Amino acid sequence: MFSNLRSMWIVFRHAFAKRVTVQYPEEKPVLAPRWRGRIVLTLDPDGQERCVACNLCSVACPVSCIALQATEDESGRRYPEFFRINFSRCIFCGYCEEACPTYAIQLTPDFEMSEYKRQNLVYEKEDLMVDGQGKYPGYNFYRVAGLAIAGKGKGDAENEAPPVDVRSLLP
Amino acid sequence: MDFETLRRLLVIAGVLGWLVLTASLNIWIERRLLALWQDRYGPNRVGPFGLGHVLADVIKISFKEDWIPPFADKAVFVLAPAIIMTTALMSFAVVPFAPGISVIDLDVAILFILALSSIGVYSVALAGWSSNNKYALLGGLRASAQMLAYEVFMGLSLMGVVALAGSFSLHDIVAAQEDMWFVVPQALGFVVFFIAGVAETHRLPFDLPEAESELVAGFHSEYSGMKFGMFFVGEYIGITLISALTATLFFGGWHGPLLPPVVWFVLKTFFFISVFVLLRASLPRLRYDQLMAFGWKIMLPLSVANLLVTGAIILARN
Repeated sequence: MFSNLRSMWIVFRHAFAKRVTVQYPEEKPVLAPRWRGRIVLTLDPDGQERCVACNLCSVACPVSCIALQATEDESGRRYPEFFRINFSRCIFCGYCEEACPTYAIQLTPDFEMSEYKRQNLVYEKEDLMVDGQGKYPGYNFYRVAGLAIAGKGKGDAENEAPPVDVRSLLP
Repeated sequence: MDFETLRRLLVIAGVLGWLVLTASLNIWIERRLLALWQDRYGPNRVGPFGLGHVLADVIKISFKEDWIPPFADKAVFVLAPAIIMTTALMSFAVVPFAPGISVIDLDVAILFILALSSIGVYSVALAGWSSNNKYALLGGLRASAQMLAYEVFMGLSLMGVVALAGSFSLHDIVAAQEDMWFVVPQALGFVVFFIAGVAETHRLPFDLPEAESELVAGFHSEYSGMKFGMFFVGEYIGITLISALTATLFFGGWHGPLLPPVVWFVLKTFFFISVFVLLRASLPRLRYDQLMAFGWKIMLPLSVANLLVTGAIILARN
């Protein structure tokens, strides 16, 4: 009997405790920077597309919601001709972000993307592109990769020496 | 139509209106209070303080499909929810809201209420039986056994109050509490009556007839739409009745300073409704054999002892 009264008293005291509910539309929840929400495509510091259309995100996607078509511009940079994410399928697992070798595809702390029409959840490239570098500022794939493109020859990348003619090293 | 008839009709309409309002308000009170004690807010979106949720619930439940299972005993199936609703509403006929304000002032008011709550057992038993469903039958079985067992000492626990007031009429009982609430000399009777009341309305921790983790929903598993709603409203009116009776019999009914009598009565009633919710929020459900053993082995002897001691003291005083 006493323990019953005691538990009633303990429960009653909770009337004056702090509420755990976040009153959502008025009060926004605090989301961590690494929170896995809406997917974006980022730009490198020079303002050019980071995505090299390698298709790794599409392969990694467990629900196959990413579709893209690779193409190449006149300077030799690969980029996606179209890049389409079907958010009605996406499960926000973040595997695409993990698979991405160029930090192009990133998940952001934003979840408010409800739509009345299912078709509106299919995001095209222009919906996905953001004007910024996202979580990895200063990273430029072509500046650290050995690949030669127009304006950056072999050996011009960071921490890279110009290519050596191996025959000149002969004794 | 003379003034007296008009007054009576007004009282009947008022009591009925207040009851239906309170029964639906109880849903909101219960959800808000449970939320309060679980560190949440509860329904607070529709209307001021979320009161619109009550209206939304009523609209929703009245538009639900009212389905009678093909394997059910149709006539009894329809009758069962009506019984609990009728008995719960009729019990309020004798409850005095203020001096002279009650539908009828019976000399046998307490016996009337006890008789009606006994009839209420038919509702759950018949609902469980007519559903032709094993879970419903088990729930009905439990409900009838539990209500019969707890009825016994519910009546006995009130006899101390009756002996002190010298009347079965609720008006006389409240009038006898002018100087001192009966909860002081009848503290044990109050505890026994309240526990029996919780069991009578099969609320947690005595909600074995409904025990959703064991019996789906007990005797009303097969009910839907407004028939389920009637069980629901019957249960909430039952809670209101037990709360009102507790206030009337042990806590001085309409007596109280400053505020008008009706306000005091309603305040006390709502206080005990909150206690019902607090019980639900804090205590786990009993096992069935514990429930029966608790009733027959502890509460019944306690209420008999309470009656004996009260009777002895009254005799000694005279």
